[in-house]
Amino acid sequence: MTSQTSTEYEKYYVPEKSKLAVCATIGLVLSIYGAASIMNDMTFGDPNETTSSWTIFICGLFFFLATLFSWFRIAIKENIAGMNSAQLKRSYVLGMFWFIFSEVMFFFAFFGALFYVRTLVGPWLAGEGDAGRMNGLLWEGFEFSWPMMQTPQEAVGGAAAQPIANNGSFTSAETSMAFASAHAWYAWLPLWNTIILLTSSFTCHIAHMGILDGNRKKFNLWLGITVALGMIFLVVQAHFGLTMNAGIYGSTFFMLTGFHGFHVLMGMTMLLIQFLRSVRGGHFTADDHFGFEASSWYWHFVDVVWVFLFLFVYIL
Amino acid sequence: MGDHHHGPAKGLGRWLFTTNHKDIGTMYLWFSFAMFILGGFFAMVIRAELFQPGMQLVDPAFFNQMTTLHGLVMVFGAIMPSFVGLANWLIPMMIGAPDMALPRMNNWSFWILPPTFLLLASTLFMEGGAPAFGWTFYAPLSTTYAPPSVTFFIFSVHVLGLSSIMGSINIIATVMNMRAPGMTYMKMPLFVWTWLITAFLLVAVMPVLAGAVTMMLMDIHFGTSFFSAAGGGDPVLFQHVFWFFGHPEVYIIILPAFGVVSQIIPAFSRKPLFGYDSMVYATASIAFLSFIVWAHHMYTVGMPIAGELFFMYATMLIAVPTGVKVFNWVSTMWRGALSFETPMLFSLGFLVLFTLGGFTGLMLSIAPSDFQYHDSYFVVAHFHYVMVAGAVFSMTAAVYYWLPKWCGRMYNESMGKTHFWISFIGFNLTFFPQHFVGLAGMPRRIPDYALQFTDFNMMSSVGAFIYGASQILFLYNVIATIVAGKPVSDEKVWDGAEGLEWTLPTPAPYHTFETPPKIDPAHAHS
Ligand code: HEM
Ligand SMILES: [Cu+2]
Repeated sequence: MTSQTSTEYEKYYVPEKSKLAVCATIGLVLSIYGAASIMNDMTFGDPNETTSSWTIFICGLFFFLATLFSWFRIAIKENIAGMNSAQLKRSYVLGMFWFIFSEVMFFFAFFGALFYVRTLVGPWLAGEGDAGRMNGLLWEGFEFSWPMMQTPQEAVGGAAAQPIANNGSFTSAETSMAFASAHAWYAWLPLWNTIILLTSSFTCHIAHMGILDGNRKKFNLWLGITVALGMIFLVVQAHFGLTMNAGIYGSTFFMLTGFHGFHVLMGMTMLLIQFLRSVRGGHFTADDHFGFEASSWYWHFVDVVWVFLFLFVYIL
Repeated sequence: MGDHHHGPAKGLGRWLFTTNHKDIGTMYLWFSFAMFILGGFFAMVIRAELFQPGMQLVDPAFFNQMTTLHGLVMVFGAIMPSFVGLANWLIPMMIGAPDMALPRMNNWSFWILPPTFLLLASTLFMEGGAPAFGWTFYAPLSTTYAPPSVTFFIFSVHVLGLSSIMGSINIIATVMNMRAPGMTYMKMPLFVWTWLITAFLLVAVMPVLAGAVTMMLMDIHFGTSFFSAAGGGDPVLFQHVFWFFGHPEVYIIILPAFGVVSQIIPAFSRKPLFGYDSMVYATASIAFLSFIVWAHHMYTVGMPIAGELFFMYATMLIAVPTGVKVFNWVSTMWRGALSFETPMLFSLGFLVLFTLGGFTGLMLSIAPSDFQYHDSYFVVAHFHYVMVAGAVFSMTAAVYYWLPKWCGRMYNESMGKTHFWISFIGFNLTFFPQHFVGLAGMPRRIPDYALQFTDFNMMSSVGAFIYGASQILFLYNVIATIVAGKPVSDEKVWDGAEGLEWTLPTPAPYHTFETPPKIDPAHAHS
């Protein structure tokens, strides 16, 4: 490309005008408008009236995903055309790193909620300490345990028995997902899922070693295995066995595992795309495979989140 | 590859499809000004209603929608985007970079803002009205008792967060990766430093805000009980999550403002900034401390005493690095060859009034006293001293200071000075009396009040209209400058100005520093 050999700097590639941002905006705004309308129809309006909201949502989402797809396509093409200097690649690395950091903070909010509820709120509701005075007034008879199998509302005899502080109906959790409640360790799915996800991080690493050696066969094989393991994980995770209105236990459980599952889905899709790029397009070389690297970082991140989840949601 | 030495494209496409940091900066600035006007309009409704006791113009439900939207629009629509716009314009020019690190994403982070605010404003016309639960949207007001439009509010906040995160990632990548050779970290202008640290804060806390609104969404529509004691949750949990975001957020707002005055005061004192290194360390300490003080907004919710004490002392600690900064600005002026052009006047206004706001902050940080001040007009006075006289004054100073560099024309100095004095008087007339009514017990967020507060409230309202009107003068001055201001061609514009952006031609060309500038290793920071 540009002959910059005589100077010590490289030219930073600033793309020309681009329609990507505007298209992505249209898609995103339509999809959130649609999603919010669907939810409002369900909760505040007539649940049968959601058709047009669904149309807006699906069109918006489709347009959004299509834009993202072509965005990444263009970025990949630019890289293959040799437009990306080492400096620009560092920008991508930094971008990915800080994006993952922001995701960490997103999960941090939900873990924070879990810890707060388990260590402080639960005992307070059950009457412990100064803050526990409300127990006698509102939640007489509520006993706290984790997993919380009976909500304060139920402890006082249902929503009708305690009209002041009630807003919704929160039923007992039918199942505890905790290890202690499992019949036998080998029948306890979360354990198997942990093994599956940890293994997939490992296979992902082997794939990375493969591409670093320039060994495409090894890369494709192990990356394919990684993607497959990710899919198995998701299928197993789909068997929640808990309902969301099962009080705070169900809430925290769902929020954490649900968002984690969604992130596994994203990570798996990213890896799948890298797999297809390598198998079909012959992309990636030993010293240039950032698309794969970024996806693998994301995958390891998802894996680490799972380890915390396993520890704090399932075991402890 | 295409020739890069072209000018901007023509027509609307230039703005829609641009990847140029200056275009994007300009759009951010105009957008934030539009939001400033919109939020100001809401404020005028509030002050008109409060001009006299009794119900005058609007009904209480609408009044609450006004306070809510006023806060949201000003914080997320006016102040934050205005500093992002400034960052876009200035950071590449200050560190000798050709553009921002990720230009297309840059454009996207801007363009998702206008439709999102349109969506937010449109909630005014929805069934049940706009959100009316205050800009801090405490549960259960924002969950159990919220109007249906809350769902749109929640998704808007998600998108605003997305915009801020992308903008911040871009700034971090630019500063870490695009500095010209020789531009070491400790040579960066302070504005760049404060923005780098702000960007870290944003990436860390915006996702937490997203988490908070997500939990609200689940509670409202999907039967979870995060914020409901009946299911084993806790409404106070909302406040913890919100303020874990919210307190760093106030520093997100003020740190870039610190950066701006740290550029302007040295220029008009014709002296380098006093204590550059300590400024950097103070900024970093403030950022760190801002993560461990959030519950000073919650002294009255019934925290355990150990919590009250911890958050009280941690909050007071922030006064130390803040004091370092004020000390440094004053020392910069000490024995300087001062002159008082408009940017300097606004910076001095900032210095005096922000310090006052810091002092009321210290008063509020004392937990036992806060039981008296909390949720009174005293708090309103406090945060307007730091956010309006702090952030908005410094932003105004920035516009006057860099406008000639941006458009190659000089603004009208006497009109600028008039704008300053009217703003200064209007602002103080509005918010100074609020300290007194607050201490005397007038609660915030109410459309009516007891008779004895009438005089001070009338003053406040008159002051607010004066301050509001002075912004029209500002708008006029800016437009007149761009269209027909006296051309300037001096690179430096201000004889005391230092830094790479002042080595560029005036007006700054469309593309700058396509080849990195040489930076004299012996030269101190700018
Ligand atoms: C010396 C530094 C500061 C201290 C010690 C401090 C302390 C406090 C305290 C204790 C409160 C809670 C009062 C109450 O609700 O009872 C408060 C409220 C507030 N502060 Fe500050 N503050 C400081 C600086 C700032 C700055 C720099 C900003 C923003 C630029 C800011 C913005 C706010 C806002 C927006 C609120 C009210 C939030 C609300 O309830 O709506 N403060 N401050
Ligand atoms: Cu605070």
